Amino acid sequence: MWTYVGRRLLLAIPTLLGASIIVFAMVHLAPGDPIAAVMPAESSQAEIEATKRAYGFDKPLPVQYLVWLGRVAHGDLGRSIATRRPVILDVRDAFTNSLVLALSSSLVAFVGGVGLGLIAAFRQGRLLDKVASLVAIIGVSVPYYWAGIILIIIFSVQLNWLPAMGAADGGGPIEYLRHMVLPTVALSLIPLGVITRVVRSAALDILNQEFVLALRAKGLVGGRVFTHVVKNAAPQIFTVLGLQFGFALGGSVLVESVFSWPGTGYLLNLAIFQRDLPVLQGVILVLATFFVLLNLVVDLVQTLVDPRIARH
Amino acid sequence: MAIGAVGGVGPEEATGRLAHAGDSRPPGPEIVPMSYWRTVRWRLARDRTTLLAAGVLVLIVLSAVLAPWLAPYDPTAGSIRLRLAPVGAPGHVLGTDEQGRDMLSRLLWGGRMTLVAGLTPVVVALVVGAALGVLAGYVGGLTGTLVMRTMDIFYAFPAVLLAIAISGALGPGLPNTLISLSIVFIPRVVRVAESATVQVKGLEYIAAARASGSGVGPIVRHHLLANVLGPILVFASTQVSLSMILAAGLSFLGLGVTPPAAEWGLMLNTLRQSIYVNAIVPALPGLAIFVTSMAFNLLSDGLRDAMEIRA
Repeated sequence: MWTYVGRRLLLAIPTLLGASIIVFAMVHLAPGDPIAAVMPAESSQAEIEATKRAYGFDKPLPVQYLVWLGRVAHGDLGRSIATRRPVILDVRDAFTNSLVLALSSSLVAFVGGVGLGLIAAFRQGRLLDKVASLVAIIGVSVPYYWAGIILIIIFSVQLNWLPAMGAADGGGPIEYLRHMVLPTVALSLIPLGVITRVVRSAALDILNQEFVLALRAKGLVGGRVFTHVVKNAAPQIFTVLGLQFGFALGGSVLVESVFSWPGTGYLLNLAIFQRDLPVLQGVILVLATFFVLLNLVVDLVQTLVDPRIARH
Repeated sequence: MAIGAVGGVGPEEATGRLAHAGDSRPPGPEIVPMSYWRTVRWRLARDRTTLLAAGVLVLIVLSAVLAPWLAPYDPTAGSIRLRLAPVGAPGHVLGTDEQGRDMLSRLLWGGRMTLVAGLTPVVVALVVGAALGVLAGYVGGLTGTLVMRTMDIFYAFPAVLLAIAISGALGPGLPNTLISLSIVFIPRVVRVAESATVQVKGLEYIAAARASGSGVGPIVRHHLLANVLGPILVFASTQVSLSMILAAGLSFLGLGVTPPAAEWGLMLNTLRQSIYVNAIVPALPGLAIFVTSMAFNLLSDGLRDAMEIRA
């Protein structure tokens, strides 16, 4: 098992390097001169050249990549072209806000999805199964940014129960939670649907296996069978949870735009429309790194939970 | 099959007739074996939910194709005096948008863009991904490792983030949306194609074909593709709804189709500020995305169940 863990750790390194190359290439394949976009229109050729040198844009691409990677390794993501602030500061604040939203919606999706999935599996073909499966398919089909707008229309505009925008800085914990409700619900819809479907099919697979029949034949009642099923479905549930947490973190871009939530999505949007490439690079790199590490942790925990995986 | 009825009644149980490859029961003398595709058709014809979903999709596609003839108004021509007319306004069945443009006309025209932007990336990913995946799975070795490791790198990015990042770097416009979404979906198809290929490759009949002197080309064409295309197709069909949601989402962020063209995500974006004036009209483009994406999901569920392919 430890050789597997070692191998898996080593595999993360080329993935991270590859991701950094993609992030770097993405910005440099982009059309348009990143410097020209931010320089005042009346700046002379010499001024433009000087700025290019200052940012290192005059060197060959592989050199630029290595210099950039070296800085990144020291936690230096450069400075925002628009605000001149260090990118790492902006990204840190935004990332914290996005993480909060991703965690809360993953929690809602996990509790709801596992619950609905298990109910559906144990009541296969009955009314509860149909209801749970309908909720699941609506969850995976709904354009969740639109669901966010519908939530605003109902709960903010019509009923005036919950705030529609922002993250309530300094309004106290209750106010903060009130601001979180609608974005959390909107962002949890797709993960909720996916988790329900995966849990239902995983639990059904196990319910149809012979050992469950044997357990029942042995005289085990519903509750005990349930424990066996959950234990055996746990690895699959765990995998989908990890993946969906990643979705919530990446997918928050659209929800943050709807609710003006000051997270990475908001920052990314700003960076894209100001063509602030260091910020664009920084946000994507931080999120990708986090996602790779998340996958790594999910894999490793899974090996601990289910040692059979290491043998494959 | 219907919502939540995986593993319900199949044709064997219903009629006592069987069967297709993979069924272990030996057919009795009086039983006529049904071919695989006939079984699939048999099941689909009895699956009301899937048929309904297919019907809805046909209507949506037809209305998009026929938009130039069906739309009562020019989708880009507005009137300042007629802004945000409610649903049911005289002359405008579904009201008008924030620039006074007819909503029905814009929804019909918008469907064309959204369908193209949602379907094209999946088709591209299906062709490119299946080719790469079958190559990696069948050839294996260094080539296979290289292909799969490259795909792993793309898995380092959550799908939505990757699409937005690439679109953001390339700039707005339909072609860039198609490029960025294709990049999102290709690695997914490659993974499914590769694992299906590795599985089928290990089966005895492939070894038998090789032993009887078949070359790589004929084996892949005659024996392999027939058995891996099913799972790959079904997987691709599950991705259509996500692709549509993301394509419309990119336009919603201002990264996809550019104004004044009609596209559902873009319409949702420009109407967003008007929810305080008129709550129903701004919800319509999103509803269109939702219904289409749900129909695709139901159809793909039905297809998967009818083809007995495990997700």
